[in-house]
Amino acid sequence: MLQTIHDLYDELERHRVMLSFQGPLSTDLITALLGAVERKMEGLEPDQRTRRRVFNVVMECLQNLFHHNANITVQGGTAHSTDQPHGVVMIAQADQGYQVLTGNFMAGADMDRLKDHLDRINALPPDQLREFYRETLADGTYSAKGGGGLGMIDIARKSGGKLEYGFVPYDKDKAFFSLNVNVTN
Amino acid sequence: MSALILEGSPKTPTVNFDPETGFLELRGRSIPENSIDFYKPLIDWLDKYGRSPQPKTALHVQLEYFNTSSSKCILDLFKKLEGVRATGNEVTVLWHYEADDEDMLEAGEDYAGIINIPFKMIQIEEVDGGDQ
Repeated sequence: MLQTIHDLYDELERHRVMLSFQGPLSTDLITALLGAVERKMEGLEPDQRTRRRVFNVVMECLQNLFHHNANITVQGGTAHSTDQPHGVVMIAQADQGYQVLTGNFMAGADMDRLKDHLDRINALPPDQLREFYRETLADGTYSAKGGGGLGMIDIARKSGGKLEYGFVPYDKDKAFFSLNVNVTN
Repeated sequence: MSALILEGSPKTPTVNFDPETGFLELRGRSIPENSIDFYKPLIDWLDKYGRSPQPKTALHVQLEYFNTSSSKCILDLFKKLEGVRATGNEVTVLWHYEADDEDMLEAGEDYAGIINIPFKMIQIEEVDGGDQ
């Protein structure tokens, strides 16, 4: 176990990880993680626009984890229901900017719709992405959580790049969703 | 009716809605997980204010960050004010953004493109985050 700690330290150092967390998420914990990101970014990144964009992307990604969560955790290959959302988040420095990686179990039934939404976003150039944001904002519909489908569009706008994502089907009604957002400066 | 005054927090903005002067202010950060809960009293307040508004109403928005779940709620605030304007009153939104914060300027322009209220874009040095 002691060797594992050293390996983990090495690994995180090698990937220039600023912050990583895996486990149950509460609103208080999200506040604390955002506070940590904000403080770290102040020391690392001189460009305020990049700092703000990273903060925005991390915030939206964490809130996505919180809202769109199947509330299960997998231990020793077995899924357990939990009363809190679970997820993983990692924020790392990259050659040109920052990487925000998140993952969580979600309802398998929502997978196709999310995939279509992400593909549509990735196909749009910046000006059309802004138009898509405006249309979605103006259409007056709310999702159950209030965002109404704006979250991923906003993440893509702040990223300035394509959203990299993947799904790993877990069982008949759950899938693991991974998202990698590159915020370039 | 009485003023609506809410102190800011790390995730919610300072709110100061004064029915006597028509001065309304939203300042700081709006990034709560549950925006609908936070904004409901604000929307209810505007609903009531709209029944006997001041001839001039000015909403000052000075946000450092807002999440997408707040953005629809903020649109709802503007829609209430659109109603106040439609009954012949003067309504202005003063949208503040930091000099280098193009994203916040764009966000204001996005609202201005949707809502039928004159927007004034006001460039400032630094957003005062309120009581954080």
